[in-house]
Amino acid sequence: MWLRNGQMETIDIQIKDPIVRNKVDGLIEDLKHGNILGSYQLAKNTVEVLLHMISKEELANVKKLISVIREQGQRLMSAQPSETVVGNMVYRVLKIIRDECRAIDETAEEQSQESIQKSSTAPGDDVSNKDILSLKKLLLAEGDVDISDKSISSLKAPIIDAVNELLVELDTSQENISAQALEHIHSNEVIMTAGQSHTVEAFFKKAAKKRTFKVIVVECAPFYQGQKMATNLASAGINTTLITDSAVFAMMARVNKVIIGTHTVMANGGLKAINGCHAIALAAKYHSVPLVVCAPMYKLSPKYLCSCDQVAFNKFASPEDVMSFSEGEILSKAQIYNPIFDYVPPELVTLYIFNIGGNAPSYVYRLLSELYDTEDQEL
Amino acid sequence: MPGNQDSASRSPLSQQTPSRGRRKQKSNPRGQSTPQLQGQTPQQNQNIKNASPGEGDTPKTKAQLRAERRALQEAQRAAKAATKQSPSTPVSTKKTPRKFGLQMQDTADKHDKVSISGGETPRNVTSISTIQRRTGFFAHLPRYQHNVSLTKDANPKIHPAILKLGLQYVEGVICGSNARCLALLGTLKQVIETYSTPKQKELSRDLSTNLKKNMDFLAQSRPLSVGMINAFKHLKSCINGIPREKAEDEAKQDLYGCIDSYKQSILLAGKAIAKNLIENDKITDGDTIMVYAFSSLIKNVLCEAHDKGKTFSVIVVDGRPKLEGREMLRRLVKHGIKCSYILISAASYVMREVTKVLLGAHALLANGYVMSRVGSSQVALIARSYNVPVLVCCETYKFTEKVQTDSFVSNELGDPNSLVQIGKKENYLSNWKEQKSLHLMNFIYDVTPSDLISMVITELGMVPCTSVPVVLRIKQV
Repeated sequence: MWLRNGQMETIDIQIKDPIVRNKVDGLIEDLKHGNILGSYQLAKNTVEVLLHMISKEELANVKKLISVIREQGQRLMSAQPSETVVGNMVYRVLKIIRDECRAIDETAEEQSQESIQKSSTAPGDDVSNKDILSLKKLLLAEGDVDISDKSISSLKAPIIDAVNELLVELDTSQENISAQALEHIHSNEVIMTAGQSHTVEAFFKKAAKKRTFKVIVVECAPFYQGQKMATNLASAGINTTLITDSAVFAMMARVNKVIIGTHTVMANGGLKAINGCHAIALAAKYHSVPLVVCAPMYKLSPKYLCSCDQVAFNKFASPEDVMSFSEGEILSKAQIYNPIFDYVPPELVTLYIFNIGGNAPSYVYRLLSELYDTEDQEL
Repeated sequence: MPGNQDSASRSPLSQQTPSRGRRKQKSNPRGQSTPQLQGQTPQQNQNIKNASPGEGDTPKTKAQLRAERRALQEAQRAAKAATKQSPSTPVSTKKTPRKFGLQMQDTADKHDKVSISGGETPRNVTSISTIQRRTGFFAHLPRYQHNVSLTKDANPKIHPAILKLGLQYVEGVICGSNARCLALLGTLKQVIETYSTPKQKELSRDLSTNLKKNMDFLAQSRPLSVGMINAFKHLKSCINGIPREKAEDEAKQDLYGCIDSYKQSILLAGKAIAKNLIENDKITDGDTIMVYAFSSLIKNVLCEAHDKGKTFSVIVVDGRPKLEGREMLRRLVKHGIKCSYILISAASYVMREVTKVLLGAHALLANGYVMSRVGSSQVALIARSYNVPVLVCCETYKFTEKVQTDSFVSNELGDPNSLVQIGKKENYLSNWKEQKSLHLMNFIYDVTPSDLISMVITELGMVPCTSVPVVLRIKQV
């Protein structure tokens, strides 16, 4: 691949299959140009490309497969660093592969254990034997099973099944979140939301079938996605009021609940959400209003906010949206900022509604360990 | 009342409410049995039922009753059609609001032209306004009126200068509490100049009523600010203090002096506040000061600090839809101050670099809360969470004995249509009026709790927020 400064990018491209290579390059192009809109679409495309890679590539063993995915994953993530969903999906697939390896190893060990202890133990003790095995592993930290020599043939099918399950999970996350709507919204409630989130929109529409409530939407200048959200909700018949960002604190006194979506859930339970959400979270805390975040699991990222300056965290859009170039003279003498994201610390969030259920922000670390493998901390 | 009809009941009953009074009078005399329309209360039905047997004659057959009912319905339908053809002639002041309100409900938004008769309509009748869907919490506040012809049907007793001022307020030409108050004082001076006491009337009494009428007109054009109310109270007390025997010219000179001194006190207070801030090192070199929207006082303070040689940079925070921060930015940049500009949603991103926040105020309430442009409370909250001190600069003439704990009870509503324009992008809300479930809320002021504010800077010194009643007492003495 040619780089901008005229040099040729020299990486060891291990993908041999041309179709898969095209798919990966196509996705990288889309990421760079921002052609794909929405985290769900991004996640789906990433998983599909990885699935192709797993199924089509001819690889000797599992170790090679993992290294190919890591390398290509790194390329994908560096194409658009602010889109954490891509990285999340790469980590998920890697975890799936490692899990399948471990599963096969465990069954092999169990069979050997069983054959040894078959004579002496009663059936009820098998459970305790398994426990002893896994405890032993935890305590001795024997490290990962040596997967270098595992042949891929027996693993390919279960891995592909598991990745397909992941795709199904992506498709059904919005439904699963909306299914919990009635448990969180009571009648005649006043709910505040910000910007546009398809998850939250589906959440409200599901609840509106059985409950009447009012929604106050914050417009979120200068992108004004809140206005789109307000029109969508109003066309669904929900009593909607649109307010400006400056009115958030004033309105919060009469709000019962704040339900927002987010771009990413950080590893410490904090949020990377749309600009203005920190102010909303602060106002909610001041007025003791619960802040509920609806997020599908694919938005959960193992990354932390590393610097308070938000250097690697935030992204800036053109200041044209804030003050147009036609203002001319003063524009040249003033600095204009237009950040896209906002960091909300975990102590301001009351509840997360994931597709697997509701959780407190303090539990997010546990979910992380279930989704992502410790071996994959850094690609 | 129009308000009760808001549930959009289009039953025949709602359309005929104005004539209900007349119909009731018909049903009382014994000779008639008024037919019952759908939706009448059972009580009324009872009365009517009791009316017919009370006649004493043979009860009418069902067919006769039905025929009478039909005839009455036809008559009422014809009457309604007749009234509908002349919608814009106000018959009487008290009845018209209701009729208009109901008719407007049928033809939402089509009749936009509305007139306000200055001074004649009693204060408690909210002027007829174009139908805007009531947003629940502000249903008690007068709705924003646009396309209003202020001068049509205006009371001829209203001074032309006051008419001009009212128009300037409505159009937003004069905006900001200090500007409005100073303009008001100037105009009242003009009114007094051209005033002459009619024979056999006392100057103080007559002038008071005259000025009151003018102020009522201004209040209808745009609700009076706290500063304006206080200035007017001061003027009234001056007028009441004029002894009866004094000659008209002398009395007028006294009043001019009174108005001028009040004006001067406002301007000098601004200077004193700037002096307080600068001399007490509240603005130091290397500061990054955050300001919100436009405040003439803050602008003067910053310009003076810059002239005295302090080096600091300013971050101007702006809020939709008024975007007054641009004006502030323009003036500060012209003065040579280093500025940044952000929208309020980015305030939490830049707050890390801010050393202090300077806010202007519309009024300071007696419980220590600050009433200011909507969004100031949010800036104060974010500043508090980052431990940045919030300083409010306010002249003492804006202190009031009112108390308020939230921004809903007393506020001013702005034009909801101003939220629709979002610059170059295609407007998402261009059809918002057609969507029945969608409301746009635009209010002008909000109330900042005293615990978010570090200090208030007045011309009397630097006081905590809760010292407002103390200052009020001092001023009265």
